[in-house]
Amino acid sequence: MTLGLPGIQSTLHPAGPQAQRILDLFDVFLIVTTVVFVIVVVLTVAAVVKGRRRREAIGEDTRGMKLAVGTGAVLTIAALITLLVTSVATGRAVGTFGGGNPDQMEIVVTGHQWWWEVTYPDPQASNTVRTANEIHIPTGQPILLRLATRDVIHSLWIPRLHGKRDLIPGRINKIYIQADAPGVFRAQCAEFCGLQHAHMSLVVIAQTPGDFMQWKIHQQAPANDPATPQQAHGRELFLDLPCINCHAVTGTDAYATLGPDLTHVASRKTLAAGTLINNHGNLAGWVSNAAAIKPGAQMPPIPMNGPELQDLLAYLENLK
Amino acid sequence: MTEERGQTEAAMEATWAPARGFLGWFTEVDHKRIGLRYIVTALCFFTLGGIEAAIMRLQLAGPERHVVGPDFYNQLFTVHGSTMMFLFAVPVMEGIAIYLVPLMVGTRNVAFPKLNAFGYFIYLFGGLFLYTMFFCGAGPDAGWFAYTPLSGPQFSPGKRIDTWSQMITYTELSALVVSVEITVTAFKQRAPGMSLNRVPLFVWSMVVTSFMIMFAMPAVMVDSGYLALDRLVATHFFNRPEGGDPIFYQHLFWFFGHPEVYIIFIPALGFISSIVTAFTKRKVFGYSVMVASLVFTGFMGFGLWVHHMFATGLPQLGQSFFTAASMMISIPTGVQIFCWIGTIWHGRLTIRTPMLYVLAFFFDFLIGGLTGVMLASVPINWQVHDTYFVVAHFHYVLIAGAVFPLFGALHFWFPKWTGRMYGEGLSRVAFWLVFIGFNLVFFPMHILGMIGMPRRVYTYQPQLGWGGLNQLATLGVLPLALGILLMFVNFALSRRRGAPAGPNPWDADTLEWSVSSPPPPYNYLHVPTVAGGHALWDAAPDQPVVVGMRTDHREVLVTKAVDAEPSHREELPSPSIWPFLVALTTGITLCGAIFYAWWFTMGTVLTAFALIGWFWPKREPLPEAS
Amino acid sequence: MKRLAILLAACSLLACHREQRSLVPRAADARRTTPVRVSDLQPGRPQPAVTAMKNPYEGNAWAVSEGQRLYSSYNCAGCHFHGGGGIGPPLMDSEWLYGSTPANIYTSIVEGRPNGMPSFGGHIPEQQVWQLVTYVRALGGLEPSGATQPRAEEMQARRAEEPK
Repeated sequence: MTLGLPGIQSTLHPAGPQAQRILDLFDVFLIVTTVVFVIVVVLTVAAVVKGRRRREAIGEDTRGMKLAVGTGAVLTIAALITLLVTSVATGRAVGTFGGGNPDQMEIVVTGHQWWWEVTYPDPQASNTVRTANEIHIPTGQPILLRLATRDVIHSLWIPRLHGKRDLIPGRINKIYIQADAPGVFRAQCAEFCGLQHAHMSLVVIAQTPGDFMQWKIHQQAPANDPATPQQAHGRELFLDLPCINCHAVTGTDAYATLGPDLTHVASRKTLAAGTLINNHGNLAGWVSNAAAIKPGAQMPPIPMNGPELQDLLAYLENLK
Repeated sequence: MTEERGQTEAAMEATWAPARGFLGWFTEVDHKRIGLRYIVTALCFFTLGGIEAAIMRLQLAGPERHVVGPDFYNQLFTVHGSTMMFLFAVPVMEGIAIYLVPLMVGTRNVAFPKLNAFGYFIYLFGGLFLYTMFFCGAGPDAGWFAYTPLSGPQFSPGKRIDTWSQMITYTELSALVVSVEITVTAFKQRAPGMSLNRVPLFVWSMVVTSFMIMFAMPAVMVDSGYLALDRLVATHFFNRPEGGDPIFYQHLFWFFGHPEVYIIFIPALGFISSIVTAFTKRKVFGYSVMVASLVFTGFMGFGLWVHHMFATGLPQLGQSFFTAASMMISIPTGVQIFCWIGTIWHGRLTIRTPMLYVLAFFFDFLIGGLTGVMLASVPINWQVHDTYFVVAHFHYVLIAGAVFPLFGALHFWFPKWTGRMYGEGLSRVAFWLVFIGFNLVFFPMHILGMIGMPRRVYTYQPQLGWGGLNQLATLGVLPLALGILLMFVNFALSRRRGAPAGPNPWDADTLEWSVSSPPPPYNYLHVPTVAGGHALWDAAPDQPVVVGMRTDHREVLVTKAVDAEPSHREELPSPSIWPFLVALTTGITLCGAIFYAWWFTMGTVLTAFALIGWFWPKREPLPEAS
Repeated sequence: MKRLAILLAACSLLACHREQRSLVPRAADARRTTPVRVSDLQPGRPQPAVTAMKNPYEGNAWAVSEGQRLYSSYNCAGCHFHGGGGIGPPLMDSEWLYGSTPANIYTSIVEGRPNGMPSFGGHIPEQQVWQLVTYVRALGGLEPSGATQPRAEEMQARRAEEPK
């Protein structure tokens, strides 16, 4: 079925029960519509052949033809009813999946122009985990995602786990996802949201429950303190430069929420909402002039000379 | 006898003489000339929209290309979508209707000729306004449905979205004007004998379209008006914190937006019925079923707008209802396709270029219709909504479903409009280029959507693996563009050098084929009468005509709505400059208001003056009643 | 055809300043804010006084909108509210304690002012200061109305019907 197509963000490569159900439904539709297509094309070709051979048109609407067209209509209706019933059944199964479990794990996903804020709420505020552009989930259980937005309408789409759901101002939408096995699934914003809509993606990382707990406990810890003088100078720069206007690093004076939380930025796989691999060169380029990579990005260019940049990077790369 | 006929002809020529000269261009009220203007203008916008599409395809040909930047790309797809929907698809169908409906029902002009002229100028100004702003770097950039809050005051600074919302107002105004004319012409000016059960299917399709326009367009005018108010005078229709609602915008938009698709598609069904009738030499199978299907489609078209909003998270039960409605609408279309197949089966088929386009419609529209059934399903919709799958779907529906029949219609009626035949050989080459190119461009997009490519992205990253299919799609632009260019070249050459066509080159059945090509300004020397569902085929050798109409005034015969019995005579206006002036002042009002609010007031006063001029009573005595 | 070409060329030349969007900042935009001179006495060749500085974004709609975003991001509203004033002076009236020219407002933001206005120089890049200047002037009705949007997507300080 997958025909060797690339599967990184594909609806044809489901990795969880929700996407699997939808793909099964799609297959039913694909088979029925293909059959209809073949029948109608064959009929058209036959009619063209018949019509071209005829010397004189049959002017009357014959009983036979009426019967044929009537049968066609009845078969169409029957096919549609079949599809409707399967579709509603699947819709019900997908829509009610995961509900009714009181100690459901909840993740809040908030859309920003043009990145994703991901929060793991905890009754104890200090245990709340904030990260960005990465959703970590434990495998084998339904996870509730609450979807909100800070600005315009976005749409969260993780094709390998579920269909899309919009993030709408003033509303909280909910979907349940579940991954069957550990893996990394790319996701992307699917509702046009402005200049960098194309570069507003994220990754969903499914881990075994044990690995997930380990990750979460690590994320709950405050940021690493600088280990070298260079990193210490980097932190000074971070707190002095415009970085502090928008970003937060727990354990320091930086607690703004306009940009992604950087407490554990070095532990993430990507930068700039799934646009860049998180490595030294990319981080340097992004920090120096983000909008040169994503034109229109709201992070301003930071006034720094070369050594200052290296110190800042050393600090950021220590935020594991 | 011939001398008498010659005298009548001379008198009619003088009475119905078209406006001439430079000024004449602004005063024309002849439905044929205005109809052709609509068609030519719409085809110009089609070309512009096509160029925009080609630039987008170049940008997407490979990952992370830099042909254009995100800002310009967003303007490109917004202007492309708006152009194709509002400045090409709807007006071109209306233009053909304005030309053909009066001829097909056997009358001399549309019901309100001055209003007709006004409609054209308003449409032209709307299009010019959009493109002037686009060339000045202020093209709208929030997508052709401009969702709030992205299109609202905070996230779309400048005049870009205001331009869009006013352009909507202009073109919808023009569409409303046309729908009123077509409806009245079709119901009140039919030739005696053309009772409702004898009306050509094309006229039926335009009547259904017109009614849909009347109910759908006000919704979007309100919507774009509210958006303009939010943006210009700080109202809060769509501002969530002050009690407005962005979802309300979407409901209003799609309450128009979905019927809009049928407003474009139903005229195409009319083209197909005309073409199939002419090339199979028999009436379309199941006339009353065809009419019922058109009317049913028209009603159902209003009941399925929510399938554009399944991803917003509306309640499950309501969504199932809209799924059922969206699937049901494929029944009447399916029935019509079966009827046409039956017609071809029992007819004596000759295949010329218009028929080739109809057969291409059967093949490709079917794909679009069937993917439409998939989109009607809520769970599948969650996956493919706003992806290239949808882009592929609506291009299959709109290009294969409406533009292919349109191209067929352009070839079919070209001899009537110009008096000359198009070059058949060249047109077939063009057809195959268009057909192959179209499928090359759009078929891969289905797969791209399934493997995760969202729509409206200005680029994508190499590791996603979408490069190959995108490259294929971009390659397809070449034959497609070449085919369309060849078609235009063929028309341009044939217009001067084509073989003379005569009144009825296809031996077709409807009334327009009974007059010379191109038709005289008064259409019919004597208003014809009709003896059956196919006016020319069913006509007796001595089919009577209506005599006794005045030749020194522009008179048309008004008949009863159902059975077309003659009722009275009505005088139609002569060429007039006022429609142009009212369109101009309305244009100033709408353009000016987005820059400076007082222009609205000043423009309204100007428009009031222009309207007084329009309705100023004439001094000459009314024709005597008889 | 030729006339059309000329028309198009004229259009693109006129491509209006109001609609331009500087999406990719230049190197100069990243520099730390220009020092403000309080005295005309300078060593060496005289450099222009702050009052001679020109706002690159005067009348630019994108800059007004970016300024609006930054105004709320940087919590200007914390003191000035949405222009109506509170802890800090109002910005939407015609009284300007320290002048209303772009250079004056630039100075107010970069240097701060007595009795509470903090100095943001060095904390906000030059480009953003100018965007804020443009927005603050728009609040006061000093930018062309064609470049100004009437409201943000938030609760409003005053009703739309009330004049500024």
